Amino acid sequence: MLEIKELTCGYDSKFSLKDISFNLGDREVLGIIGPNGSGKTTLLRAMTRMLAPKKGAIILQGRDISRFGLKELAQRIAVVSQDFTAVPMSVEEFVLLGRIPHFEALRFLETRKDIEIAQKSMDLTDTLKLKGQLVTELSGGERQLALIARALAQEPKLLLLDEPTTHLDITHQVGILDLIKRLNRELALTVVMVLHDLNLASEYCNRLILLDEGRVHKMGVPDEVLKYQIIEEVYKTVVVEGKNPISQRPYILVVSEEERRNRDTK
Amino acid sequence: MDRKISRWILWIAVLLIALLGVSAVSLCVGSAGIPFRKIISLLLEGRGSAEYSILLDIRLPRILLGFAIGGSLSLAGVILQGMFRNPLVEPYTLGISGAAALGVCINIVLRLYRFLGLISLPVFGFLGAIIVIAVIYSLSLRKGILRMQGLLLTGVMFSFISSSLIMLIMAVSHTRDLHGIVFWVMGSLQEPDWFLIKAMSYVSITLLFVSYFFSLDLNALSLGEEEAQHLGINVERTKKLLFAIASLLTAFSVSVAGIIGFVGLVVPHFVRMFAGSDHRILLVASFLSGAAFLIFCDTLSRTIIAPMELPVGVITGILGGSLFIYALTKRKAVLGAR
Repeated sequence: MLEIKELTCGYDSKFSLKDISFNLGDREVLGIIGPNGSGKTTLLRAMTRMLAPKKGAIILQGRDISRFGLKELAQRIAVVSQDFTAVPMSVEEFVLLGRIPHFEALRFLETRKDIEIAQKSMDLTDTLKLKGQLVTELSGGERQLALIARALAQEPKLLLLDEPTTHLDITHQVGILDLIKRLNRELALTVVMVLHDLNLASEYCNRLILLDEGRVHKMGVPDEVLKYQIIEEVYKTVVVEGKNPISQRPYILVVSEEERRNRDTK
Repeated sequence: MDRKISRWILWIAVLLIALLGVSAVSLCVGSAGIPFRKIISLLLEGRGSAEYSILLDIRLPRILLGFAIGGSLSLAGVILQGMFRNPLVEPYTLGISGAAALGVCINIVLRLYRFLGLISLPVFGFLGAIIVIAVIYSLSLRKGILRMQGLLLTGVMFSFISSSLIMLIMAVSHTRDLHGIVFWVMGSLQEPDWFLIKAMSYVSITLLFVSYFFSLDLNALSLGEEEAQHLGINVERTKKLLFAIASLLTAFSVSVAGIIGFVGLVVPHFVRMFAGSDHRILLVASFLSGAAFLIFCDTLSRTIIAPMELPVGVITGILGGSLFIYALTKRKAVLGAR
């Protein structure tokens, strides 16, 4: 699906990402993790052509993404970003904006097909009941669902999500990630998501990329990446690791400064 | 969806009826009242009469100019508010009107119109506007990216500089020139030159058509520049073209009719109130509403203290300002609150 070759990019003279290389298979769910400022969002922006590579290339379905027209790219890659501005329009109108990449020149109105796809996207994300409501009046969780519905209306092959669970409670976090997993399975969507929560990343991703200071520190299945030595080295924090007894996936727990002191004195 | 399109068609029909109604009233009323039922017979058979001349030579040109200028300013307002995602931006925020006014003031104070003819007044206004548009644009462009905040701030600064220079010119100019400057700055639809009226009408309608091609881009831009790019919009190209369209609409309007404030600020907000924030209806509805609003204000300006006339800019300012305060208190969605 996607191949990133020796990618170096960033803002002005400062390189946020250095020599990043990895492949992304079809139907994979890839999590990008790492401390603040490690380059997670920058990597996502490069994958959407918001940032041009200084070196290296990003190949999508065998073609460099710079060779795609913007609409062509938007038909293949949809983004759910964190800095979203809510506008006073209905959820239905908002989701229909996702059809813009499919509008031919000189077409101004949605076709029946566009409307059906938007309805299906709302149905999949359980936002059909909200379709008449203003986006500005939605709760954080509902807004995130509407964003995903709009992304689905683009009919992408690759879905990129930038911290989709930020500011959400545990119910909504799990709800959103369960939905993404379901979409990955049912629609054969390939997913890349930036996540801060290492345990959610472990539960929901097939593979993780741990970034540190703009470089790939470790890449692999959660069992290979979420080891306490690796996490302590990158995050400079004392942690303990364990295994979820149900999913058998690793989890990471933090240790407070007080507990660390208590442990040291014992 | 069919319901939405039916609603849009209904709004366009209502606005067209309102525009025709206001135009008809404007034809009838004035210092010499002409009954509506007489208008058709006058137009068909009244050639040579004083009333025919009032209709054809005085009122109709003003209505046409009101249509073109009101529509243009309102359209420029919608485009700029959509581009900047800022409900307070209007055609005059970017300093284009100030520069046009400055161009005209220089012409008046140097009395260049005596050698170049009266047509040189709007030409100087247009040149002033175009020079400032080019300067603001080039100052706001960095590495091919049009920086919106920079564009806005530079425009506001140019606006201050222009008004200060106009005040300086007014302070040192003769009384006769001063009258000409004040009259021009306050705005008027009294334009005897049919060429300018026709040119303004063609420009406004052509740019309405051109801007409509960007209606979906404006919808996408309302979500933010990055979001718009994620939807396949060429954001930089769109911003530059929209800026050019809005600038030309403003430059032509100010050059021909002087500074007529508030149309470009208030009308789009009111249209959003009833037609929603979709630019596919907003552009056309704002154009028609702006046209009707300015014709209405112009009719008031020449009837309130008839046979004397108030500057139309004063009426749009008072009426527009009051309506804007009303809109502010009415509901948040009017101002595109996010």
